[in-house]
Amino acid sequence: MKLELSKVVRGCRLGVLTGIGQTGQHSLEVPGCLLYTRCATVPHLTQDTLHTLSSLPAVTQVTLDSLAEHYEVLEEFKEGVRKFSGLHDTALYCSLQDPAATCPTGHITNKTVSVWGSGGRIELTVAKFMAMQAAILPDFYQSMADGETWQANTSRKRVRKAVDRTLAHLDECLILHHKTQELKQAEIFGVVEGGDIREERVRSARETAKRPVAGFVLDGFQSAAMEQDLRSQLITAVTTELPQEKPRLLQGVGRPDEVIECVEAGVDLFEGFFPFQVTERGCALCFNYIIVPDPETAGTSPPTVLESNGESPAVEKLKENGDSSPENMTQFELNLKDTRYREDFCPLVEGCGCYCCKNHKRAYIHHLLVTNELLAGVLLMLHNTAHYLGFFRALREAMAVDRLQDFKTRVLQ
Amino acid sequence: MAAVESGTCERPADMAAVKCLSSSAPLALRIVAECPVSKARACVLTLPHGPVNTPVFMPVGTQGTLKGITVDQLEDLGCQICLGNTYHLGMRPGPELIEKASGLHGFMNWRRNLLTDSGGFQMVSLVELSEVTEEGVMFRSPYDGKEILLTPEQSIAIQNSLGSDIMMQLDDVVSSTVTGPRVEEAMHRSVRWLDRCITANKNPHRQNLFAIIQGGLNVGLRKACLDEMTKRDVPGFAIGGLSGGEEKDDFWKMVTLSTDHLPREKPRYLMGVGYAVDLVVCVALGCDMFDCVFPTRTARFGSALVPWGSLQIKQKQYAKDLQPIDPECQCATCQRHSRAYLHALFKSDTAAMHHITIHNISYQLTLMRSVRQSIIEQCFPEFVQSFMKRMFPSSEQYPSWAVDALASVNITLD
Ligand SMILES: [Zn+2]
Ligand SMILES: [Zn+2]
Repeated sequence: MKLELSKVVRGCRLGVLTGIGQTGQHSLEVPGCLLYTRCATVPHLTQDTLHTLSSLPAVTQVTLDSLAEHYEVLEEFKEGVRKFSGLHDTALYCSLQDPAATCPTGHITNKTVSVWGSGGRIELTVAKFMAMQAAILPDFYQSMADGETWQANTSRKRVRKAVDRTLAHLDECLILHHKTQELKQAEIFGVVEGGDIREERVRSARETAKRPVAGFVLDGFQSAAMEQDLRSQLITAVTTELPQEKPRLLQGVGRPDEVIECVEAGVDLFEGFFPFQVTERGCALCFNYIIVPDPETAGTSPPTVLESNGESPAVEKLKENGDSSPENMTQFELNLKDTRYREDFCPLVEGCGCYCCKNHKRAYIHHLLVTNELLAGVLLMLHNTAHYLGFFRALREAMAVDRLQDFKTRVLQ
Repeated sequence: MAAVESGTCERPADMAAVKCLSSSAPLALRIVAECPVSKARACVLTLPHGPVNTPVFMPVGTQGTLKGITVDQLEDLGCQICLGNTYHLGMRPGPELIEKASGLHGFMNWRRNLLTDSGGFQMVSLVELSEVTEEGVMFRSPYDGKEILLTPEQSIAIQNSLGSDIMMQLDDVVSSTVTGPRVEEAMHRSVRWLDRCITANKNPHRQNLFAIIQGGLNVGLRKACLDEMTKRDVPGFAIGGLSGGEEKDDFWKMVTLSTDHLPREKPRYLMGVGYAVDLVVCVALGCDMFDCVFPTRTARFGSALVPWGSLQIKQKQYAKDLQPIDPECQCATCQRHSRAYLHALFKSDTAAMHHITIHNISYQLTLMRSVRQSIIEQCFPEFVQSFMKRMFPSSEQYPSWAVDALASVNITLD
């Protein structure tokens, strides 16, 4: 895999990650996001519905926690989770945890980490972790890591231990990686830990960068872990230590405002779980990310989504802990369960080209949510994914024409 | 004939061009083939939203949606007509809102035909406190506790707002296991309510009202109901009051009695029937249309329908089974996914249910297409024989009622 940067402005990197996959046939534009899945399926969607979306990311993220309990069948199958799950033309990245799930803490040891499947906890040593990678057969994957430093009041000692353990896991993963025939074509990303302690972050980044990794995963920065200012400072400190030519993937951050800030701090790739969280709380992404061609004519820009319907979304206090309850709603979304949409015969977002917006009205989505119908999840997931991918596309376009500040203003308005 | 065949009549006005065999209703039934042995028949039923090839299974979309399946997926499965439930839709979102959305077709964006029930059955079966009087069905709303009276006129008014292509009369529903004077009362009342429904229909030019034959399991009452109702010039007939837990021996006799007395030129709809064996037998007895929640409901519990019965995908035995649900099935699920993957996915995501729902609808519709094809090719009895062979491990396991019912229409199973 090769990162070709076409533009770097004040730390923001625009480019394309090429040569992904066994024959190097896939490429992914950065900044960009991966396609989020659980058990190798985009939540609520079948391949029919998924492929109503155009320009899907070339890389699908699978999560080890949702696959670990299926290790036996994957191992017998021998052809990897891509073929097992009926995915065809996509590259695969395998992460340890599901970014949209919170897993219980307190189960990490010096030699093991734990993931939680439907049947409970599964403890992984590096050997077990690598055996699972050999059964999953991703194109790239994160090394095993101790990421349990995101809670408030994690001690310096605990953070240092997490950095040390993660480096030790990486060394062990690398040894096994090179010994594993099945993973010959795969690549490994080192994980940068360090909690909210700058020196530990820098140490973790420096040490990881010394290893023969294809890229970096920045862990422990999820929304619940810290304020964005601190996150930006720490990520900037980390990316300064990392080689320019390797991609940086940030875990657990998905809100559009935070994404922009993290891009400014030097992040290339994000996990695509945010549309799923929005869907689970019965909401639709509706924020405007279209910047007008010329800033001089901004005053005559076409009406935005919200203005055109004479309303503004119900903004609630922003407290995020990664789960999907309505109180975690952000200013980027509409709560379709709200009775105000009962008789609203507009699409979720005027002009959106997704299957949902082309075929259905807000009143119908509201009805599906009120009656707990499964189609609500399908339609919202389609729209939210389309909108989120559109946001990343617009972000890259804005960077290409040096309009990132206008873009940011537009998104944050 | 050509006009009937090609008749995708998008607008009501187009219906005028369709030569209707039965009446002035917006419906035309063309009998394509009849089985020379049994009472089975293959027809094209032309409705305001396009043709329906019968015999047909109609999937049930209770709340204006079919269990996580998009309308495009449903169209791709070849579905030409599906159901909406008047009781549910009348409660939420309500007829006024659906009317504003240009009817249920507009509300759910379904381009093909819709059939709505009267709402009466749900009321009697879902709401504990319901009371039937000559005026209508009185019940307490489960949403706000208010007492609501559903009269024949109101049922039709709601169905007129929903804009379905086929509406059902409000009937006085009695459990098929009830006997005695209550059954007779319900039969006579259903006839009186049919007349009120016919009068109440605001859109006879674009919405077909079907009568529902009642009379419980009593031959005399069924016959009397058939006599009375067939005097009315309704566009079609349903056989009601069955599949409510009665003996199968009683069930099929009531079905065949009904088809014996229903006019040949009008469609016959057997309500609430959807198991594969029941479908095949009742086609042999002369029924054209069927509906049932079973294939979609059972899918959500991981039960996949196959020509030899069903697979419980969540069972451990499928965890490593790399075959598709049915290797011969052409549905999107079987073309892409193994039993093992669906088994795994059931632990994580609702999409697992969608996959099985798609397969099950495909199974039902494919079965009915095969039935139809065999009738057209004049080999329906042979089809029934091989269908039964595939469904049961041996002929000893054939249900005796099915053997008897088929024998009554000259189809012998060996
Ligand atoms: Zn949309
Ligand atoms: Zn299938």
